[in-house]
Amino acid sequence: MNSLLRRLLSQPWVWSYLGALLVWLAAIVFTHGYGAGGMISAGLALAVFSVITGVAQMFVITLGPGNVDLSLPANIGLASAVAMKVMGGSDSLIALGLGAALVSGIGIGVGNYLLIWLLRIPPIIATLSASFIIQSIGISYGRGLQIKPPPGFAEFTTVQLAGVPLLAIGTVVLTLGFAVLLHRTIYGRSVLAIGQNPRAAWLAGIAVERTRCFTYLLSGALGGICGALLAGYFRGSSLDIGDEYLLASIALVVIGGTSVSGGKANVTGLWGAGLFLVLLLTMLNTFGVSAGIRYVVTGLVIIGVIVAAGGEKAR
Amino acid sequence: MTSLAGASTLRAVVAEVNTPRRILRAILPALSLALVVAGIAWFNPRAISYFGINLMLNLGIPVVLATIAQMFVITVNELDLSIGNFVSFVGCVAAIWLRENPVLGVVILIGCIGLYALMGAVIYLRNVPSIVVTLGMLFVWQGLAVLVLPRPGGKAPAWLHDIMNLRTPYVPFPIVAAVVIAAVVHFGIMQSSYGAILRGSGGNPNAIGRAGWSLLRTKVVMFLLAGIFGVLSGLSLIGLTTSADANIGKGYTLLSIAGVILGGGEFVGGRVSPIGAVIGALTLTLAGTLLNFMRISPDWQVGAEGAILIIVLAARALINRAGPGVLSHK
Repeated sequence: MNSLLRRLLSQPWVWSYLGALLVWLAAIVFTHGYGAGGMISAGLALAVFSVITGVAQMFVITLGPGNVDLSLPANIGLASAVAMKVMGGSDSLIALGLGAALVSGIGIGVGNYLLIWLLRIPPIIATLSASFIIQSIGISYGRGLQIKPPPGFAEFTTVQLAGVPLLAIGTVVLTLGFAVLLHRTIYGRSVLAIGQNPRAAWLAGIAVERTRCFTYLLSGALGGICGALLAGYFRGSSLDIGDEYLLASIALVVIGGTSVSGGKANVTGLWGAGLFLVLLLTMLNTFGVSAGIRYVVTGLVIIGVIVAAGGEKAR
Repeated sequence: MTSLAGASTLRAVVAEVNTPRRILRAILPALSLALVVAGIAWFNPRAISYFGINLMLNLGIPVVLATIAQMFVITVNELDLSIGNFVSFVGCVAAIWLRENPVLGVVILIGCIGLYALMGAVIYLRNVPSIVVTLGMLFVWQGLAVLVLPRPGGKAPAWLHDIMNLRTPYVPFPIVAAVVIAAVVHFGIMQSSYGAILRGSGGNPNAIGRAGWSLLRTKVVMFLLAGIFGVLSGLSLIGLTTSADANIGKGYTLLSIAGVILGGGEFVGGRVSPIGAVIGALTLTLAGTLLNFMRISPDWQVGAEGAILIIVLAARALINRAGPGVLSHK
C-alpha cells in the first residue's frame, strides 16, 4: 500500500490533479459547498478546448528543443471561421463544416512543415511566420462577420449527460486514443525517440522527417477541430477565439508533467493541468478578485510549477 | 608537418569560400530595407522627405528598442515571449506615475529591470526553459498593466513627449535615434571584450564556463540589458502616443522576434547582429506603409510581415545551401 502510494506520488501528473482538487476545495469552502458540482461540469467543459490544444502542443514539444507550434491560435481562429461559413447555420452541413475545419487545420500543418523542411529554420520561427500569414488569411476570409453555428451543432457542444458535458466524454476517449498512439505505436515511439536524441533516432533507422511531418499535421488538425468546436460552444466564430490557447497549450504541457526539452510526454497530466487551470480561475472568480489579479496569479503559478519542477541537466 | 600545413591550407580555402556567402548574408537585411524604401519612393515620392520619414518611422523607435531587447535574450539562446506585455506595463507606469509621482515611477521601473535580471538568474540556476518562464511573466505583466490602468488613459510626462518629438536638423529624429541605438549596442556587444564573452556564452557556454567566466553572470547581464531596453521601448512608445492602454505593446513580442531574425540573427549560437536587428525592425515598420501606398488592404498587413520574414529566410537558406549544408539530425 505504502509503496503503491510512493509510486503514485512519483508520477509527474499526480501533482496537477492534486492542484486541481485543492483549488476546487478552496472554492467550495468559500461558497460553503454551493455550486460544487456545477464548478466541475463547467470546468470539464472549458478544459476540453485547452486539452485538445494541449495534446497538439505536447506531440510537437516532445519532438525536442525548438519544436513548438506558435501557429495554433491563428489556426483555431481561421478554422472557426471556415467551419461556421461552410455550415452556414444549417444542421445538414455540420459534417461538411467539421471536415472543412479539419482540412484547413491540416493545410496549415502542411504549410508549417514545408517551411521547416524547405528553409531549414527552427520550427518556432517557421510557425511564427506562418501564423502571421494565417492571421491575414483569416481577416480577409472572415471579413469580421460573426456567423452563428447551426442549432444542432451548438446543442452538441454544450449538451450534458448527467451533469457531464458530452464533449468532455468525447475528449476523454480522444485523449485515451492519443495515449495509445504515443505509447503503443511506432509513430509515437518515434516521436519520443527523436525528442531524446534525433541523431541516435536517425541512426536507428527511424524515419525522422516523416515523423516530424506527421506531428505538425496532427497539431494542425487538432487546432482545426478545436476551432470548429469553440465556435459552436461560444455561439459564433471569431478570429481571436484561439488567442488564449497558445499560452494554455504550453502551460498544460508543462504543468501536466511533459518534459519541455522533449522526449518525455504525459497525456494523463494534460487533463489534470487543464482542470487545474480552469478551476484556479473559477476559484479566483468566486473569491471575487479582479481580472488583473487573475492574470498575475496564473502567471506566478506557471512560473512556480516550472521552477519547482526544475529542468533536466543539459545534455 | 605536411599534414599541419595541409590543414591550414584547407582552412584558408574554406574561409575563402565562406567569405562571399558571409557578405551576402550580411547585406541581406540592408537589401530588404532598401527594397521597401525603394517601393515607398516609387509609389509615393513625396513620402521620402523630412516630414514623411518622421511620420513613417517615429513608431519604429519603440519597435527598434524592443527588438534590441529581444536580441540580447536570443544571444544567450533564450526567447522572451513577455516583452510585448512588458512594454505595455512600462507604458502604463509611465503614463500614470512618471508624471504625477516621478520617484515612485522610477522606483517601479528600476524594480522591473531587477525582475528581468532575476528572471535570467532563475532560468540559469534552475535550468528551466525561458519560453515557459517568460510565458508566465507575460501573464504577470498583463495582469499588472490591467491593475495599473484598467481602461485606456493616462498622460505622458511632458519631457518624454518633448524628447520623442525632437526636431533634429537635416536628418529626421527617428533615423538619428536608430543610428545611435545601433552604434551604441554594436560597440557594446560586438566590439568590447566582455561583449565577446556575452556572445560566446550563447555560442559555446561550456568553453566560456571552462575559461573561468561566470555563466550565471552573463545570463543575468543579458536579461538586465533586455529589461533596460524594454523600459526604453515602453517610455518611447508613450512619448509618441501620449496616453497608454494595457495592451499597447502587445504586438511587439512577435515583431521583435521577427526583427532579430530578419536582421540576420541566428536562433541559437550567440550569432546576432545589432545593426541588422535595427534594420530588421525598421523594415517591418515600413512594410505597413508600403502596403498602404500600394493600396493593399490593411487585412494583409501582418501577412506581409510574415511573407517578408519567409522570403528573407528563404534567401538565406539558398545562400547557405550553396555550401555544405548540414541537416540537424544527420
